Amino acid sequence: MSAAIDVIGLRKSYDEKLVLDGIDLNVAEGTIFSLLGPNGAGKTTAVQILSTLVTADAGEIRVAGHDLHRNPEAVRAAIGVTGQFSAVDGLMTGRENLILMADLYHLGKQQARRRADELLEQFDLIEAGKKLAMTYSGGMKRRLDLAMTLVGRPQIIFLDEPTTGLDPRSRHSMWTMIRELVAGGVTVLLTTQYLDEADQLADRIAVLDHGRLVAQGTPEELKRLAPGGHIRLRFTSPDAFSLAGQVLPTAVPNRESLVLQVPNDGSVHALRYLLARIDDASLEVDELTVHTPDLDDVFFAVTGQPTEKVAAK
Amino acid sequence: MSYALQDTGTMLRRNLRHAQRYPGLSLGALGMPVIMILLFGLIFGDTFSNGLGGGGGRGDYINFLTPGILLMSIASGTMSPAVAVCMDMTEGIVARFRTMAIFRPAVLTGHVLGNVILTIVSLCLVVGFAVLIGFRPNASVGEWLLAAGLLIAVTVALTWFAIALGLTSKTPESASNIVLPISLLLPFLSNTFIPLDAMPSGIRWFAEYQPFTPIIDTLRHLLLGTPMDNGDGWLALAWCLAIAIVGYFWAQKNYNKGTVA
Repeated sequence: MSAAIDVIGLRKSYDEKLVLDGIDLNVAEGTIFSLLGPNGAGKTTAVQILSTLVTADAGEIRVAGHDLHRNPEAVRAAIGVTGQFSAVDGLMTGRENLILMADLYHLGKQQARRRADELLEQFDLIEAGKKLAMTYSGGMKRRLDLAMTLVGRPQIIFLDEPTTGLDPRSRHSMWTMIRELVAGGVTVLLTTQYLDEADQLADRIAVLDHGRLVAQGTPEELKRLAPGGHIRLRFTSPDAFSLAGQVLPTAVPNRESLVLQVPNDGSVHALRYLLARIDDASLEVDELTVHTPDLDDVFFAVTGQPTEKVAAK
Repeated sequence: MSYALQDTGTMLRRNLRHAQRYPGLSLGALGMPVIMILLFGLIFGDTFSNGLGGGGGRGDYINFLTPGILLMSIASGTMSPAVAVCMDMTEGIVARFRTMAIFRPAVLTGHVLGNVILTIVSLCLVVGFAVLIGFRPNASVGEWLLAAGLLIAVTVALTWFAIALGLTSKTPESASNIVLPISLLLPFLSNTFIPLDAMPSGIRWFAEYQPFTPIIDTLRHLLLGTPMDNGDGWLALAWCLAIAIVGYFWAQKNYNKGTVA
């Protein structure tokens, strides 16, 4: 398979602040590639550079086979971008927004209308298509935004945090749409700070932290990097909680929520052993959950910091 | 390059639709000059005409005033494209345009053309109301055409300049403030309302050498046959050209700032 996006040594800083510190990426045609990282990791800057919006300080970039510095227009003709901030024209109706895009792709009057109506139907916006986009809900705006990106049938689509701020239902329908796109042969580069989103959608994931790629691989490969899972024990009484802390010295306590995290690989054997110790000490456990390694653990393993902490900075 | 025209046309249609959907900005731009011509012509006209000499009364003053008000309409009309481009840039839609293979100057040119159309409407309104209250030009068809050409040239030049200013602004509010020198200061500190002789020396010096004065003089000359006191038509054209060139390239530079051009 040939590469849809090929990046070597991408660097970018704003004033003194280094945003991207030598990034290499290779995205195969027809796949979903996810750049995963907390806020401020440099995801949006990477997308802005790859979509010709912002110039890089250094790096070789080929998108859809074209050198981005030498031939940005050819790159632009091959890509579609749906950014983090809604890129719809609020003073136009949904349909007019789509026709505007079709006109800019020089589709011709008849075909522009046909394509607009087709996309309104596909994105469940037929009724809304007559209303001004400024009156749309967040989820509708995002759908229109993606529909506008698709008007010109781009080969490569950049989606910068496509589900940030969406309610769970809109989020799932966005996932379905993204999967359908790739089924149609399109390449998707997706940024997200939701680990489950990358896990759900991506063929390959690159973990970005402070402008560096700290890990890269399939979701399975990344999960293997994580040092096993754990079992969460929740208690109702502080007494039981502190007694359990003595009985299970390897556990990581969280006093505020009365939760103990006991390192455990989740095997039946290890679980039986743990339960036996709980029984022996007559501990009153309110809730027990088995946590198999996920991308949160990966992020912790490769960056040494939990994602929430980084994101909160 | 045929795409250049097509894309610019698409952007112009977008801006005209905006003007139709959000008429506040454009109605303000249309109404203000009409109010000015009525206010200064009808209410202050009798008093101000004494300053002109010649004893021609209000009619003379309205003749004197109208060319300046035409220029003022153009100047005050630059606020809405400055605010509109700034709003465009703060919204995601322009980022989208910049990642698309469309004729690069189309977005801004669309704003300029949209404003030229709006300003022509505004100028026609001002001329109409001026004639109603006593404006009596004696221009031939040729002189009318030259005057119209000059007015359009001024509109194109000032609009590009205002758009460049609007692009440097972070918020629509600051965009509307940053064009005030064009939309307010230059028209007032010129020979729009009173002849230069009647001004205090410092302001008079400024008024004599700023671009609006030779342009207004040229318009008066074309429409009313008055003598050219301050420079000539070529100076007026040279100012238009200079402002247009600076405005155009500055605007393009601001628009493409930091991106792969």
